[in-house]
Amino acid sequence: MNWISDWALPKISGLFKREVPENLWHKCPACEQMIFRRDLEAALHVCPHCGHHMRISAVRRLECTLDPGFSRIELPRAPADPLRFRDQRRYTERLKEAQAKSAMDDAVAVAHGTIEGQRAVVAAMEFAFMGGSMGAGVGEAIVTAAKLAVLQDAPLIVFTASGGARMQEGAISLMQMPRTVIATRLVKEAGLPFIVVMCDPTTGGVTASFAMLGDIHIAEPGALIGFAGARVIEQTVREKLPEGFQRAEYLLEHGILDLVVKRSEMRATLARVIGLLRVPLVEAATAPAAEVPALPAPEEPTEQPAQA
Amino acid sequence: MRHFLDFEKPIAELEGKIEELRRTTDAGGIDVAEEVGRLRDKAQSLLKSTYAKLTPWQKAQVARHPDRPHATDYINGLIEDFLPLAGDRAFADDAAVIGGMGRFRGRAVMVLGTERGNDTESRVKHNFGMARPEGYRKAKRLMELAGRFGLPILSFVDTAGAFPGIEAEARGQAEAIARSIEAGLEAPVPFIATIIGEGGSGGAIALAAADRVVMLEHAIYSVISPEGCASILWRDAAQASTAAEALKLTADDLRKLNLVDAVLPEPLGGAHRDAEATIAALGDRIADLLEPLVELDGATLRARRREKFLEMGRSGVI
Ligand SMILES: [Zn+2]
Repeated sequence: MNWISDWALPKISGLFKREVPENLWHKCPACEQMIFRRDLEAALHVCPHCGHHMRISAVRRLECTLDPGFSRIELPRAPADPLRFRDQRRYTERLKEAQAKSAMDDAVAVAHGTIEGQRAVVAAMEFAFMGGSMGAGVGEAIVTAAKLAVLQDAPLIVFTASGGARMQEGAISLMQMPRTVIATRLVKEAGLPFIVVMCDPTTGGVTASFAMLGDIHIAEPGALIGFAGARVIEQTVREKLPEGFQRAEYLLEHGILDLVVKRSEMRATLARVIGLLRVPLVEAATAPAAEVPALPAPEEPTEQPAQA
Repeated sequence: MRHFLDFEKPIAELEGKIEELRRTTDAGGIDVAEEVGRLRDKAQSLLKSTYAKLTPWQKAQVARHPDRPHATDYINGLIEDFLPLAGDRAFADDAAVIGGMGRFRGRAVMVLGTERGNDTESRVKHNFGMARPEGYRKAKRLMELAGRFGLPILSFVDTAGAFPGIEAEARGQAEAIARSIEAGLEAPVPFIATIIGEGGSGGAIALAAADRVVMLEHAIYSVISPEGCASILWRDAAQASTAAEALKLTADDLRKLNLVDAVLPEPLGGAHRDAEATIAALGDRIADLLEPLVELDGATLRARRREKFLEMGRSGVI
């Protein structure tokens, strides 16, 4: 490791740079307005100007969904590079790079904890990890999350973000479709809710397997959700795609989603869904007696003239 | 007129010569017959050496050969008293997925297949074997029907993949595929799938989440077409041959990775050179695989099927 280039140089060159480095401000990719990074962080990476929901990391997703004190679990490792795949680069190189960049083994993080006090297992996909693509590692993570949910008698919530199958694992990645479908069956057969939150983007093999088998389908506003890629469709049908095609609102309109929910309301919405599905009867709120004015004592019955 | 693939050109030339000589046989005598015999031996040995070392890309071309037997041919050849069933009960009948009931060697079965068509008219009718949501919903419906009445399911898969269209997306293509996979996994009856030509991605696994998956020797089964993979990872569709190699999509590769259960050898030169023999051989193989499965109850079948798929990708490195 060359500390001069890795550490010292950025520091030194920083001295000569203008005092609005890119890391203080963030430009919204939708409306192109500048947002103070601290504000963006506080707004869960939703643009305060236009409401655009930017992609966030899997770990950040866990943090803003679960109550503090949740535990991330270690996931079983799948065999790395079963096909010895090499395109313009080696798959093992791409994997190592993604692992270093994200501090994750593969494209899913799984944790258990509570959401507003109710137990839940949450799996969140990391789009920055090779486009959230699904290979054996992702399949294993979803199966593990499902088993954990059953073990803990807790609902399973999956935040999806994926470009589809991981081509570098060939047909093994294809087989993750039935594998993850089995995972959804395990959760459902245990009488537990399986909730899917589709984030931008959710496409290909992930959409055509576990993501579309939720008891409840939620999506973030504007999220791209579909099976085939827009370019492939355009080339096939030689037609212009309709406005808003494959966006969350389009899917809601076409009956594929239950809800489109803003990130700021996601946690509360999930808590409501879990509450309604898991707590069938809530005792009527009984407030302390002192605070409730006593009902007036019933009066002596008096003769009342019958109403005309 | 036989259709030859690019890499079969030398074979095509020899066979052309043989044809020519045979046409002049009437005029000729013993010499011509001898020459024809000699050329025939030569063509045969060339065919043998070519097919003994097909590259994955060449296999992809054989798998998509226009004369290759299609799902309809297998149904006609193997299923008696076939009664086609139609529709998803919601929107339409998708002819890309054919299905129905019939008898396989005396036993009532449910049959599913993706059909590509074999001339312009039928190709359009079957949408080149690329199903829309209605097709997968029909498949799901028929699998559930089979489950209720204890009919084993046989599927014949040959598709480039699910149809990428605007309406297909609007009507929930992804959900339809997911439900069809689920129906296959859940079926409380024996389920044998055969990849007879091209097993293209989600559109193929939708009909192949089965107890036993057979692949024909020159069939391919892949998460993405070699062309699609090349244009994404190599940014050049012309690299399809390289991508086909890397994707490990041949029957041999899938067997080695334990992703399919059996590989059925094809006649020399591919299934299309002797469709009848291929269909009969597949029938025998299906019968062999089916026999032990019909003894098992629904719960056992489902549990074993799950176990099999859950194991996939956990181990095994090429
Ligand atoms: Zn904005």
